[in-house]
Amino acid sequence: MNTALSWIKAYVPGLACSDQEYCDAMTLSGTKVENYARLDKNLEKIVVGQIEKIEKHPDADKLIVCQVNIGSEVIQIVTGAPNVKEGDKVPVVLDGGKVAGGHDGGPMPEEGISIKAGKLRGVESKGMMCSIEELGSDRNMYPEAPEMGIYIFPGDVQVGADAVQVLGMRDTVFEYEITSNRVDCYSVLGIAREAAATFRKPFVPPVVEVKENDEDVNDYISVEVQDPDLCTRYCARVCTNIRIAPSPAWMQERLRASGIRPINNLVDITNYVMEEYGQPMHAFDLDTVAGHKIIVRRAKDGDEFQTLDEQMRKLDKDILMICDGEKEIGIAGIMGGENSKITDNVKTVLFEAATFNGPNIRKSAKRLGLRTDASGKFEKGLDPHNAKDAINRACQLIQELGCGEVVKGMVDVCQPMKEKVRIKFEPERINDLLGTDVSEEDMLDIFKMLEIEYDEQAGELIAPTYRQDLLCCADIAEEVARFFGYDKIPTTLPNGEATAGKLSYKLRIEQKARDIAEYCGFSQGMNYSFESPKVFDKLLLPEDSPLRKAIVIANPLGEDFSIMRTISLNGMLASLATNYNRRNKDVRLYELGNIYLPDQFPLTELPDERMQFTLGMYGDGDFYTMKGVVEEFFESIGMKKKTTYDPESGKTFLHPGRQADIVYDGRKVGYLGEVHPIVCRNYDIGTKVYVAVLDMPLIVERATFDRKYEGIAKYPAVSRDISMVVPGNILAGQIEAMIEQRGGKILESYQLFDIYEGEQIKDGFKSVAYSIVFRAKDRTLEENDITGAMKKILNGLESLGIELRQ
Amino acid sequence: MKERLEQIKAEALRQIQGSDALDKLNEIRINYLGKKGELTAVLKGMKDVAAEDRPKVGQMVNDVRGEIERVLEEAKVKMENAVLEERMKRETIDVTLPAEKKRIGHRHPNTIALEEVERIFIGMGYEVVEGPEIETDYYNFEALNIPADHPAKDEQDTFFINGDFLLRTQTSGTQVHEMEKGKLPIRMIAPGRVFRSDEVDATHSPSFHQIEGLVIDRHITFADLKGTLAEFARELFGEETKVKFRPHHFNFTEPSAEMDVSCFKCGGKGCRFCKGSGWIEILGCGMVHPNVLTMSGIDPQEYSGFAFGVGLERIALLKYEIDDMRLLYENDIRFLRQF
Repeated sequence: MNTALSWIKAYVPGLACSDQEYCDAMTLSGTKVENYARLDKNLEKIVVGQIEKIEKHPDADKLIVCQVNIGSEVIQIVTGAPNVKEGDKVPVVLDGGKVAGGHDGGPMPEEGISIKAGKLRGVESKGMMCSIEELGSDRNMYPEAPEMGIYIFPGDVQVGADAVQVLGMRDTVFEYEITSNRVDCYSVLGIAREAAATFRKPFVPPVVEVKENDEDVNDYISVEVQDPDLCTRYCARVCTNIRIAPSPAWMQERLRASGIRPINNLVDITNYVMEEYGQPMHAFDLDTVAGHKIIVRRAKDGDEFQTLDEQMRKLDKDILMICDGEKEIGIAGIMGGENSKITDNVKTVLFEAATFNGPNIRKSAKRLGLRTDASGKFEKGLDPHNAKDAINRACQLIQELGCGEVVKGMVDVCQPMKEKVRIKFEPERINDLLGTDVSEEDMLDIFKMLEIEYDEQAGELIAPTYRQDLLCCADIAEEVARFFGYDKIPTTLPNGEATAGKLSYKLRIEQKARDIAEYCGFSQGMNYSFESPKVFDKLLLPEDSPLRKAIVIANPLGEDFSIMRTISLNGMLASLATNYNRRNKDVRLYELGNIYLPDQFPLTELPDERMQFTLGMYGDGDFYTMKGVVEEFFESIGMKKKTTYDPESGKTFLHPGRQADIVYDGRKVGYLGEVHPIVCRNYDIGTKVYVAVLDMPLIVERATFDRKYEGIAKYPAVSRDISMVVPGNILAGQIEAMIEQRGGKILESYQLFDIYEGEQIKDGFKSVAYSIVFRAKDRTLEENDITGAMKKILNGLESLGIELRQ
Repeated sequence: MKERLEQIKAEALRQIQGSDALDKLNEIRINYLGKKGELTAVLKGMKDVAAEDRPKVGQMVNDVRGEIERVLEEAKVKMENAVLEERMKRETIDVTLPAEKKRIGHRHPNTIALEEVERIFIGMGYEVVEGPEIETDYYNFEALNIPADHPAKDEQDTFFINGDFLLRTQTSGTQVHEMEKGKLPIRMIAPGRVFRSDEVDATHSPSFHQIEGLVIDRHITFADLKGTLAEFARELFGEETKVKFRPHHFNFTEPSAEMDVSCFKCGGKGCRFCKGSGWIEILGCGMVHPNVLTMSGIDPQEYSGFAFGVGLERIALLKYEIDDMRLLYENDIRFLRQF
């Protein structure tokens, strides 16, 4: 909301402060000033001058030489402007002055443009005549200004006067951010009331008195509200003998500062009152209202209606319409109809000021795709009392500005008004909530400024009807806080029972995951939770894969963001692809993020949100690098049992020969592998990619931070190396399982130290060598302990078809 | 006899002095102290010495042996040190050659900022908890005093799933989950992902993170809210940071406020960073609305509390001077490596 400070001052006459002081104080009391701008910024030494004589420039066809009377003297100015003639009164910037912009209306330089006396083609020029663009505005705001030329004042302006003042530019425009609970502040009067309370000055609103003629409004119009649930109040008044003309300068200036283009007295008055009272109004040409009758009712499904912007609108039964005796003439609270539009030939005007149901207007405007200034105000839910005040103010202005006559009386169809809200006044509770010590008297002073009444007998505060946000003690406490000053409230720390600060267990495990991933060279990425349904095909998921059953967003930003991910790989591969595409080498990324698994469709309960620890890499490293990261992580969170790997994991998006489920304690807790080359191609990654995905809920269940010291071995270890020729289909995991199974209590560890396929080894076989370490906790091992254990191991290995090499 | 010993000693010391290698020293040791060495020979000749002189001569022989051994050892250590010196001279390296580094990965700037915030609040006795990202209308709106038909529901541009389910637009629902557990007092922060249907640009993302804070106890005041958040701001942005609370409106708090911090770039003088105002808007906060307490089963006559919500990306962008929010979700390693 933009408003000239002069308009606020008109209702708070005692207000005296700098622009910055006003900005700071208003913001601190809750009416936030977004920014403010002086209209006369960079306008210096500009006066009204009158052209007395025009001659041709001796050396330039397109220039003229003017003698301009600036009150104190006559100066010579050379100009190229085509539109001036002798006798014209124009804005003149004098030597050493400044203008805001260039004549073309382009972006304005921060410091303005300095003007100096000089010679143009050899002829002296002691100043410059200005266009409206050079004065920092435009023809939209000053429609009377000529296109491409010098601004020309009306004849009655005094020569030598301050031109900036005459144009109404000695003012500052403030832009406010009004919060949605303060509907009353979407108006000049609302802000003025806040300003008065902020600066503790009297609030002097306009006195509304309407001079009416002797006719009776009921002879002109009748109103019937058929759907009172959507229209709490409908006020109608009639003005006759309308004379369309420009509105006075003061009204134009205020409208311009609010960003509203002046049009004519009638339109300007409705806009002016909308700004001043925050109450949108509509004016109908009464001669177009059939039967001189207004009916307020819902539209029918499928109806069509042409709004005054000449667009056809499709209606439905939840849209409220304003109708006359025969037809629809306006969409209530949103936009009037083409068929009842005011023209310059209007004789009699019907004013409407109504209160419509806020949520209904909001939804209707949304469905129609038509949000207007009016609907923006109605949707917040207006105070029905305001409608009457606003319509009377409009009629007063019609009469005072000589725009027409006001017919006596008002048609007012009004539902019973809600009773004023009463709130128990509990000063102690207010101080308890704020941590302050404000006296009861000071609180009552604040309420008085805000027009909150105090019923001393009942001990209750009565909120004014326009303050729909005041409902309970906490609301009252905020009023006290705002005007006592948020900055004056002390700063303390809560005392009371001490609590232990900590991360949840799950978050501690995630922190460990980050530490290990980073230690292993992986950097953390973040991806969106929603993605495209096309990812399932990109990942080669089978048609019947349960992962394809994803939660769909009803109103997504687009198909690419339309489903909640059921697998974390797409984000990882897309990120790796970005890096690959940008030629980044050796990239390792990890992500901790949820997937969303629905229980059934349609959703009847919240989906299972499962945190996934996803690692991905290309460049340096391979499958076993990835496997190493997984095992480092498990060790760091106390998962010390043997992790096994099942190659039969059946992941379509991984290389069929290079994938495994990660099995811990008999449970699949994740998977890893090389990404299928076709999937890589789908993501435009031209190199091998390795990924691992761990399902964190399963990991968290198995992790522990408990640690126990197991002693350091006192007795020596004995190691034995074995070398084997192993059939190609036997996995290292099987050999290790056998070693563990047969090694007995004295088996301490084993380590693969050589694996070889090729020359010297027969086809279909590989050479594998392990070093096995034995140790007893309580004694030095004897030779026969070792040979016994080794024999069992070797026998076991032979049963797998393994030959021992000597 | 004595002269002979003196002679041997003098000769041995002379030879030691003259040696330039360890094996020469060894040779000298054998020649003088070995089984067939000169001193041994002297001892062998003891039988010719008068019996009463023998202890005296024996003593003399031992003294000479001791002296030769000492000088030999000294010479040996000196020679070994010289060799070591020589070797170390050859071993000199170029210390300015590049380091060999293990390439450690980097945390996401969001996480760095989050951990910083967590550290501060954990220190003040807050527990870090989480809530669901897909929520019901009740927890995201209704229980937060945003009834059906309230314009705030539109303001937040919610992604809906169907019927009652939606992607949470704020972490504030976690407040309700925590309060419903019925364990008081509460001091918690709840970081997490939230979603709003904003198109992606330099300052908007349809998915971002918030950190919710909630304190519920007896006698919690607005002054406590101010004190706590001022402390937080000083910890996060530096001891010199000043804070300013401005009235604002949120449905689930009353009174409500927005907190600005003095610009940490210019110290409050006004710069491009703070758009000349000297202040940067950092979070929204307020006293928990009595309706919210009541709906969550807490008696507002007995308990009060405050809540706040911080945009994590906003903190990360400000603190690390990142000028485009899209960078946070691109995962370009050249970006991530800078944190």
